Amino acid sequence: MKSSREHVPFNRHGVWAIYKFEIARALRTLVQSLVTPVITTSLYFIVFGAAIGSRMNAVYGVNYAAFIVPGLIMLAVLTESISNASFGIFFPKFVGTIYEVLSAPISAAEIVLAYVGAAASKSIVLGMVILATASLFVPIKIMHPLWMIAFLLMTAVTFSLFGFILGLWAKGWEQLQFIPMLVITPLTFLGGAFYSISMLPAAWRTFSLFNPIVYLISGFRWCFYGAADVSVVMSFCMTVGFLLLCLVIISWIFKTGYGLKN
Amino acid sequence: MMASLLIASSMMYPILYCCRQSNPPMPPIISIANLTKSYASGVQALKSTTLAIDRGEIFALLGPNGAGKTTLINIVCGIVTASSGTVAADGHDIVRDYRAARTRIGLVPQELTSDSFETVWATVTFSRGLFGRAPNPTYIAELLRDLSLTEKRDSMIRTLSGGMKRRVMIAKALSHEPRILFLDEPTAGVDVELRRDMWNLVRRLRDRGVTIILTTHYIEEAEEMADRIGVINQGGLILVEEKKELMKKLGKRQLTLHLQQPLTSIPVELAPWSLELKGNGSDLVYTVDGNCNMDISTLLKRMSDSSISIKDLQTHQSSLEDIFVSLVSTRP
Repeated sequence: MKSSREHVPFNRHGVWAIYKFEIARALRTLVQSLVTPVITTSLYFIVFGAAIGSRMNAVYGVNYAAFIVPGLIMLAVLTESISNASFGIFFPKFVGTIYEVLSAPISAAEIVLAYVGAAASKSIVLGMVILATASLFVPIKIMHPLWMIAFLLMTAVTFSLFGFILGLWAKGWEQLQFIPMLVITPLTFLGGAFYSISMLPAAWRTFSLFNPIVYLISGFRWCFYGAADVSVVMSFCMTVGFLLLCLVIISWIFKTGYGLKN
Repeated sequence: MMASLLIASSMMYPILYCCRQSNPPMPPIISIANLTKSYASGVQALKSTTLAIDRGEIFALLGPNGAGKTTLINIVCGIVTASSGTVAADGHDIVRDYRAARTRIGLVPQELTSDSFETVWATVTFSRGLFGRAPNPTYIAELLRDLSLTEKRDSMIRTLSGGMKRRVMIAKALSHEPRILFLDEPTAGVDVELRRDMWNLVRRLRDRGVTIILTTHYIEEAEEMADRIGVINQGGLILVEEKKELMKKLGKRQLTLHLQQPLTSIPVELAPWSLELKGNGSDLVYTVDGNCNMDISTLLKRMSDSSISIKDLQTHQSSLEDIFVSLVSTRP
């Protein structure tokens, strides 16, 4: 046995290779990864913003159509982060190409960095495109731009991590769809994207506080209009908390090889 | 000045020569010690296995389906976690020092699993990056040329034939210039021409100093290429031997003599050859195993002296396949 280990602190070529591969996949399927979410969000915007919104009162003094913009961006970033990251790791598992990543001199942390980094990058770009699209329909002001970027970044990373875990856990396509459809979509719709939770009856308002997405949307909306359903500090702490939880689960997965080896 | 250099070099040469002679033999490039693998279901895929692969050799791992060949390879390459035991690749522990170990290893898996929507060039470049090597388009271009893939470099993998896909898998495994190459069933389902091409490629790689470990259940392949052979069955390595030694030790040569007149019994004068009488007395069979080598010309002369005339004769040398079948079937 050689006494000294070769010191390779970081496999940057490896991380870059996976990152580029994932971005190239998105560019190959540009319609699916960018155009579709933009069209979906525009439809929400037309229905809830223009059609119904014209008959709604302003919320926190913000025009209803403008009020829903942060929620719509979060909705798209959340779902796309999950779907991008889960698909990114599930597909190589499904077709068997994962053998190459597992046999490469790349650490678990580097694999996560590459896949999650690529998924988060894609959903941040998507969020920005939706923001630009929305600004064509209504005047939007951003009161705390740096916080907005921080929330966007953290949400994209957190839910890409969540998606990565989902992709590792899923044994088949059904399971891959199951969590987003049955858990994330209801939580997102009940997360205050289209309303302020202060509009809800007291019992439902309390119930909503158990929904982590309420904090994300509320915090993100505060960055735009300076008004929030819950304290922005609380929103920030909840987002960081969920991020840390995802990191703990991922490190456990790689330690045990769950879903990847054996 | 020149003279002093000459003297110095003549003095150094014996020292170098002497040092070379006294050097210990090179340590094995792969050392596997007491390696086992049991799955949660209770299946023991690999029993305690100890094996050393020498530098620059072609080692063939032979065994029926489900014998544990792929499990063994997957553990060494980092795809499967061992239950116990250690593996070192070029002196680097595959768990503690996995980066150094894996940089030295290339793997061509059994299944043709590649990204269908990537081009040949993109997927091979991806593999090189993944294994931590800086981009080197010149090397990749050479590699594709070696594997007759130059014309297909911009083709999507899904448009390639099975044989071409197999070449792409090899190019991916060689993209980071590994010192050790694992070929898991490299010629399963490929045509004769490609199989010959692949054998030639393996020999060329060996000539460049790459150590090759291949698994196969085509005995012909092991017989044609390997320096050493390991036979694995039901998760256990039952034998490791130089191919030539194996053939010599376990190989049999048989001489069948078809007689003009059938015999009822073997004449006393032919007793030293331990002949067998077959075919209702019309065939005399002489079996030469690895250890015994009685002179055939004396046998023929003795038969002629005893007025036993021969109509025809036939020889048969057992192949590695015969040896393999007898090994695997006799050991439970």
